[in-house]
Amino acid sequence: MTDPKRIAIVPCSGIGKTSGTVSREAAYEVTEDLRPDRTRIIALSLLVLGDEAARAAVVDNPAITIDGCKLACATKVCQVRAGRVAQVFDVMDTYRRNRQLKSQGIAELNEDGKKLAHALAEEICEAVDRLTAAKKGKQDNA
Amino acid sequence: MPKLPKRKVGIIACSGEELPEGTVTRLAALRVLEHLRPEETVTICLPLFLAGGEGERAFTRFYPTVAIDGCEKRCAARGTEMYSGKPAASVVVSDLIAECGLDWPEGKRQLNAAGQRTVEATAARVAELVDELLEKRRPRRFGTSTKKEPGR
Repeated sequence: MTDPKRIAIVPCSGIGKTSGTVSREAAYEVTEDLRPDRTRIIALSLLVLGDEAARAAVVDNPAITIDGCKLACATKVCQVRAGRVAQVFDVMDTYRRNRQLKSQGIAELNEDGKKLAHALAEEICEAVDRLTAAKKGKQDNA
Repeated sequence: MPKLPKRKVGIIACSGEELPEGTVTRLAALRVLEHLRPEETVTICLPLFLAGGEGERAFTRFYPTVAIDGCEKRCAARGTEMYSGKPAASVVVSDLIAECGLDWPEGKRQLNAAGQRTVEATAARVAELVDELLEKRRPRRFGTSTKKEPGR
């Protein structure tokens, strides 16, 4: 979990809304399909509990949070545990840019939900690439 | 007689995204909330105990809770106890798998058949606990139980 090369992706862990599932699906798409070598998913529940390895993963690496609703649990918990968050994403912001996608389902997303998660995953990948380049730039200058 | 608020049980899942067992907790909680005991259960997201306000932290003062954890770290049970109050009952998926002799679940995004069976077993266990908790808390009139005794 403390692999220093990997950006921490922390999705919302909500089970009451579709947007929570969209945040998780986007996180899985980034960490398993799109940027598996540069990212790692971190369970929010471990951060809530203050698990040392999970905390180290967000303290030693840039952390990207994905919030499912305005309560912003992922970002708030990450800020409490790590003191900072490199980039914050909110499912609703991605939805506002893709209003034709009417996501539904919690246990299983509908097609629009999967497309919304994919759009969000693409946005996250841009942030991952930017953060990776910035990190590499710092290492080159050192 | 005034209409009193219905007594409910709070379900708190660890939802651990790093393990298939975490996905099992999420889906089992949903199964209980939506299908098995929709009238008797409510849920709160575990992170809200830390990220939310006093209302969330007071959760266990109003609801007996069942924590559903994926692994022995027991984040849901311990987190609930840390920030709100001790859960009335808890289920650990990895223990249930061993106890019931189930195959180990695979797939965090999409559970395999063993994972789906584990969801069903976990949800059934949680529903039993919900029933037990509501039965235990039901007020008894005249000190007698209305439950039919075996053989009568």
